Amino acid sequence: MKYIDEFQDPALARRLLDEIHATVTRPWALMEVCGGQTHTIIRHGIDQLLPDQVELIHGPGCPVCVTPLEVIDKALEIASRPGVIFCSFGDMLRVPGTGRDLFRVRSEGGDVRVVYSPLDALTIARQNPDREVVFFGIGFETTAPPNAMTVHQAKKLGIRNFSLLVSHVRVPPAIEAIMLSPSCRVQGFLAAGHVCSVMGVAEYPELAARHRVPIVVTGFEPLDILEGVRRTVRQLERGEHTVENAYARAVRPEGNPAALAMLADVFEVTDRAWRGIGVIPGSGWRLADRYREFDAEHRFQVTGITTQEPAECRSGEVLQGLLKPNECAAFGTVCTPRTPLGATMVSSEGACAAYYLYRRLDLQAAPAAPTTPLEASPVG
Amino acid sequence: MGHGGGGALSAELVEHLFMPAFGGPALAQLGDAAALSLGGVRLAFSTDSYVVRPLFFPGGCIGDLAVNGTVNDLAMSGARPAYLSCGFILEEGVELSVVSRVARAMGEAARAAGVEVATGDTKVVESGHGDGIYVNTAGIGLIPDGVDLRPQRVVPGDVVIVSGDIGLHGVAIMSVREGLEFGVDVESDCAPLGGLVQSMLAVTPDLHVLRDPTRGGLAASLNEIAAGSGTGVVIHEARIPVPPAVANACSILGLDPLYVANEGKLVAFVPREHADAVLDAMRAHPLGRGATVIGETVEAHPGMVVARTRLGGTRVVDLPLGEQLPRIC
Repeated sequence: MKYIDEFQDPALARRLLDEIHATVTRPWALMEVCGGQTHTIIRHGIDQLLPDQVELIHGPGCPVCVTPLEVIDKALEIASRPGVIFCSFGDMLRVPGTGRDLFRVRSEGGDVRVVYSPLDALTIARQNPDREVVFFGIGFETTAPPNAMTVHQAKKLGIRNFSLLVSHVRVPPAIEAIMLSPSCRVQGFLAAGHVCSVMGVAEYPELAARHRVPIVVTGFEPLDILEGVRRTVRQLERGEHTVENAYARAVRPEGNPAALAMLADVFEVTDRAWRGIGVIPGSGWRLADRYREFDAEHRFQVTGITTQEPAECRSGEVLQGLLKPNECAAFGTVCTPRTPLGATMVSSEGACAAYYLYRRLDLQAAPAAPTTPLEASPVG
Repeated sequence: MGHGGGGALSAELVEHLFMPAFGGPALAQLGDAAALSLGGVRLAFSTDSYVVRPLFFPGGCIGDLAVNGTVNDLAMSGARPAYLSCGFILEEGVELSVVSRVARAMGEAARAAGVEVATGDTKVVESGHGDGIYVNTAGIGLIPDGVDLRPQRVVPGDVVIVSGDIGLHGVAIMSVREGLEFGVDVESDCAPLGGLVQSMLAVTPDLHVLRDPTRGGLAASLNEIAAGSGTGVVIHEARIPVPPAVANACSILGLDPLYVANEGKLVAFVPREHADAVLDAMRAHPLGRGATVIGETVEAHPGMVVARTRLGGTRVVDLPLGEQLPRIC
């Protein structure tokens, strides 16, 4: 099948694996930045097939996982208000805030809708002029441009009943933060291909040089991952630390100029808190002043909501690659997809969810039964 | 909504709330249809409610679905479906021309499946309290002597066969769902499977278990059977028939085809010695042309479904929690 089967070809995979096995002479720790890559690795058993010396550390690149608890709580508060239509990508509905999630808000009467594009939310706003329509704008450099374009359109068309709850984050500052951590073990990065398809690779050479780490722009299919690993390991074995593009079919060095222009128009760089990690300087975007009227936080006056992360959830360490999901005491016992302590267990790109869904056979974590009486909760 | 998604939450609702409340031995079978004995006659009895949106989709409508869904639940117990009931819940304001289209589709589907709609009921709810039309159908059929299909009969060494391409119905519905319309050349596989099952039973009545993998997809059916039989199930990803359009749609939406609904497919657990003959019989039937062996049962990892990946790794195929949610990026 065009563009899927070709990148899952077992014979080609075997050749790449053979080459990796032949190249490796000592242990290396690589971080795949993106949660989509983590799921490909675990779902296809790629980590089982790599040499023992190649350790894959799972990175922070899951948009759902890194959205701070207090932003989820702000979303829950806004979505609960009468007259609001709260639109979100499906992924976010099951992410736990303080005591509930967006599914629960919906079951309590809130108008929470799954959309597949922020432009759908804008259409809903035009169709419902007497309602306030809010879109939950989260994610990395991949989802930021369409969200920026939607706000740009809203302003251009004079649609005043639309706003964006923004929690956008940027990858390079996160790589910087990981490398600056005293406990960092990462020796090479598989950079997130989709992020680079928007941003290009201009931000990476300086990072690679300063921290002396190879950075290989990598795609998401199994062969993409193997090729990214092969190139990173090859550089490490040679003592090199350059930026390579192993995802040239989607990534141009300059990125997507139209998307970059839209980002520059609508957003401005800001410090941003990452769930479980804390504030990373310059790691996020917020709406620029000229678009501030479309900022849902201000419109609904929820800027004052602050939330403490639960101490028992160690997803921050998982997101920084300091802890494997199954090394957490709560994994598979207190914390399961049914009763998640943190977003890494509920997101389709979360490392904890990947381990729970695909690796229970090795990890001996049994599926947990419900811990509360069924009658204690509504139909959901 | 997860409680109706055919996954772990649905199972929990039945096991922890309905079973204690109703608690009879017939219900304890927990099959798609109950196998009953009444006056010396072996009956299969099943009911299902249909709340699909939109009402009309590529390859069918809620009417076809309401007939074929219940017919197939009966067929999975080995029964010859005979009679259906039909309960309509109509929303105030729905056009009668729409109701008529659905009713005509039901009539045609019933005739094609060889069943008769023998009784029915209609209720109307206020505007805003329904999605236009909800349909409930219940059905009965006769189970031939010597046929005993249930998960408990599965043993290690059984062969797992799927009757054809998976994921068609779910992708067809998604492709026309409000806000998600995407161009895809996929029609629902909605079809009555009674004839296919009878042609399989003609080869050997000794099939162990059949399931039609509707909500929750193939993954949910395999998990139900693994749990019910206490055996491990191994499937080989490279052998699972996923048509390109389904694979592409799932790839775009971040969904796994194993969890996407089907409405005209079955999965069969067959003793190894009968597998080739059953496969031939399936492939000779129009609804089983794409029948494929996708795996086998093993003594290892009892109650768990494990996939061998294309690259040679392994992963657990879990029961879905609720509905799959489209990914952010």
